Amino acid sequence: MHPSTSYRSRFLLLILILLAVWILNVSLGSVRIPLSATLATLFGQTLENSSWAYIITQYRFPKAMTAILVGGGLSLSGLLMQTLFRNPLAGPFVLGISSGASLGAAVLLMGSTLLGALLFSDLSLVVAASIGSFLVLLVVLMVANQVRDTMTLLIIGLMFGSITAAIVSVLAYFSAAEQLQRFIFWSYGSVGSLSWYQNRILGTLVLVGGVLSVISIKNLNALLLGEHYAQSLGVSLKRSKLVIIVATGLLAGSITAFAGPIAFVGLAVPHLTRQVFATMEHKILIPAVFLYGAILMLLCDTIAQLPTTAQVLPINAITSLVGAPVVIWLLVKKRKMLF
Amino acid sequence: MPYPCLDIQNLAVGYNTLTVTHGINFTLPEGKLCAIVGVNGIGKSTLLRTLAALQPQLSGEIRINGEALAKYTPIELARKLAVVLTQPIATKNLTVKELIALGRQPHTNWWGTLTQKDIARVSDSLRVFSLDEIADKKCFELSDGQLQRVLIARAQAQDTPIILLDEPTTHLDLSHKVEIFKRLQQLAHEHTKTILFTTHEIELAIQLCDSMLLLDGRNNPFGEPGTLIAEGHFERLFPSESVQFDAATGTFKVKK
Repeated sequence: MHPSTSYRSRFLLLILILLAVWILNVSLGSVRIPLSATLATLFGQTLENSSWAYIITQYRFPKAMTAILVGGGLSLSGLLMQTLFRNPLAGPFVLGISSGASLGAAVLLMGSTLLGALLFSDLSLVVAASIGSFLVLLVVLMVANQVRDTMTLLIIGLMFGSITAAIVSVLAYFSAAEQLQRFIFWSYGSVGSLSWYQNRILGTLVLVGGVLSVISIKNLNALLLGEHYAQSLGVSLKRSKLVIIVATGLLAGSITAFAGPIAFVGLAVPHLTRQVFATMEHKILIPAVFLYGAILMLLCDTIAQLPTTAQVLPINAITSLVGAPVVIWLLVKKRKMLF
Repeated sequence: MPYPCLDIQNLAVGYNTLTVTHGINFTLPEGKLCAIVGVNGIGKSTLLRTLAALQPQLSGEIRINGEALAKYTPIELARKLAVVLTQPIATKNLTVKELIALGRQPHTNWWGTLTQKDIARVSDSLRVFSLDEIADKKCFELSDGQLQRVLIARAQAQDTPIILLDEPTTHLDLSHKVEIFKRLQQLAHEHTKTILFTTHEIELAIQLCDSMLLLDGRNNPFGEPGTLIAEGHFERLFPSESVQFDAATGTFKVKK
């Protein structure tokens, strides 16, 4: 396919918007800090007001970093899923992948009373959530091979969500209040609780997912024609699907582990991106959905932190308020949703 | 003596324990147009998918240029053999040009970069199939006839000595059917490609194909249309109470 040069200006625009939204995001918060101070910190100057400096470097910058990784990574995993399932409504949340991660997290956070003393660390949460999301992804993929129907697949995804919710509530019934609270806060979704160290782990995992996606570009393009056609073009189906699944599970699993289940970003962003980049070429779409997702997540986070107040809304609520109408609009406007 | 392009010996096709058809024998040299005909459910598509290595063969031999099909790696096979399937392409949100360019995948590097040669092949396919005017249209904007032409053009752009097509003329009106047949004939004869396709258009196939394979579930005769008519194979293709074959005109008549 032809990676057209005419997209260059659009990419430039997206990068500029990302920069602007990032500055907006880091300059707003519960404490009013002048923009000049924020920018000064960014360029390495030490501020006189040390609490401002602390808020900016230890809270706002990592939070913005997490938002970029979460938004970009989830959108990328959504794009991979839509191509893998050749289904415009596929995404980490609707297919139950996030539910799988929740289940993994729930078992770890609340089940430790049942399972005995389990070593709890950030990494074990990531591992548990990733295993959960991988398992659900594999089951959904097996089911998807049986049923080709779009709606059936989505309903199955919903059912996985229900099953997970049921198991989680059983776990909740038996767990201590403190652990339950911990799980509930996690399930609200948040990009604001990661340290630089955790950001580095998340960043590495998103990078690995990104690299796996990039090496799959040619196979992803072939899969646009369907599995048989892809095979006839020399794609080794089993291997390439495995790489894509690992990338998807890694992205969705690690992000959900660190930031909680975040709704609709993965589903909606690829469609929003295709409104601007009218192509199916993954060389264009992969960087475009990442940028788009990062911008959207930064915006949602800016809204969620309710500037100048101490209140922070659950980010999951904001992304749902933004994402769900987008999906409805797409469904109504383009009855046959093309992916 | 060079190996025949396609050499099929005592082939059985089907699914796991269910044999759909067996005892298939034929050889095709290069540059020939060959049709596979037979009643619904006799295994035409199963045979085609087996030849394309999209499903495993049950027994017998499939050789391409003297080499067993199973010996080819996926990418080697993709350079030998292109397909046009009945199932719709998964996304029609591609432009005609993008779709045809995907046919170049077996020849491009890991990043899928189109070289000057690839771009030339794509424009060549667009020209041969008279698609220049609709090159930038999306596939969902095309008529059935146009889309079929685009899919065949994509197979041609893949630049393989063999092209397999599964019912390329279904859902098309008579004039479009004839057009597709003529283009396949042109591809076989002028571009020296071996073309094997399944069809229900027996009368058109008799007029335009170099050879035909009649899947009848018994001895699956193969040969030139004229020879097959002379040997009376077409009379036995369908249950005799419904239609009758007229050897003089090469057409089927409904029994009154």
